[in-house]
Amino acid sequence: MGSFIVFVVLLLTGMIFGKIAETRHLKSIIKREQQLNRLPAVASRYPPSGEGVPNYQQLLVTGNVVIASDYFKTFLSGLINIFGGRVTPFESLLDRGRREALLRMKESADAVNADLVFNVKYHTATIQQTGKGAIEVLAYGTALIPKPMLTAKA
Amino acid sequence: MIISNLEFLPDQKVTRHIGLVQGSSVRSKHVGRDVMAGLKNIFGGELVGYTELLQDSRVEATERMIEQARSIGADAVLNVRFSTSSITAGAAEIFVYGTAVELADHG
Repeated sequence: MGSFIVFVVLLLTGMIFGKIAETRHLKSIIKREQQLNRLPAVASRYPPSGEGVPNYQQLLVTGNVVIASDYFKTFLSGLINIFGGRVTPFESLLDRGRREALLRMKESADAVNADLVFNVKYHTATIQQTGKGAIEVLAYGTALIPKPMLTAKA
Repeated sequence: MIISNLEFLPDQKVTRHIGLVQGSSVRSKHVGRDVMAGLKNIFGGELVGYTELLQDSRVEATERMIEQARSIGADAVLNVRFSTSSITAGAAEIFVYGTAVELADHG
């Protein structure tokens, strides 16, 4: 009986605090995404070139985040694992992780006055033992920083 | 030393491919941090300690890669990639690798 009460308390704590944390995080993500909309991050491998394109200096920029699932989500995903189907609680976790990592990458690109970020790649890894549900997302890419216009080389 | 995840440099010419260079770093946090992380698994949210740990680890791995590239006379490391693997419950290996090249315009 005692352990059942502990389980229910953990479940409720996870549900309430997890929900609060998730809502707050999403709100902050959306706000910062709007601020950084002017800085595009693209997956294309070839940077712009040709007429009218400024000379760029480049810098590797990264952004990472480690984000944990809450007790409720972990329990729910365990249930879904029995019946099969979309594991929505983890989908939203991964979505937040990716967006946060990309934002941090963009923030570091913005700090060096980059115009855009090129060849963006994501890398996701689980840390801790499986079943606990903590993931790391890394986003990295090449930031292109416009150089002051150089005199054309012969 | 230019580090880039592009396969080429837009305004520079690669004269020689020297080879693969790599750097790795395995780190773990002290038990206190792991306990805190365990608590976060109930409440949900960011594990700030681990975020910093992995970031530091990545910087160190990159530095080791740069050191190796410098020792074989490279000017740049291109097509850099990151990889992560967990070794035990509390430790992660960060691995960085790329192609060391020599540039026409040494800079």
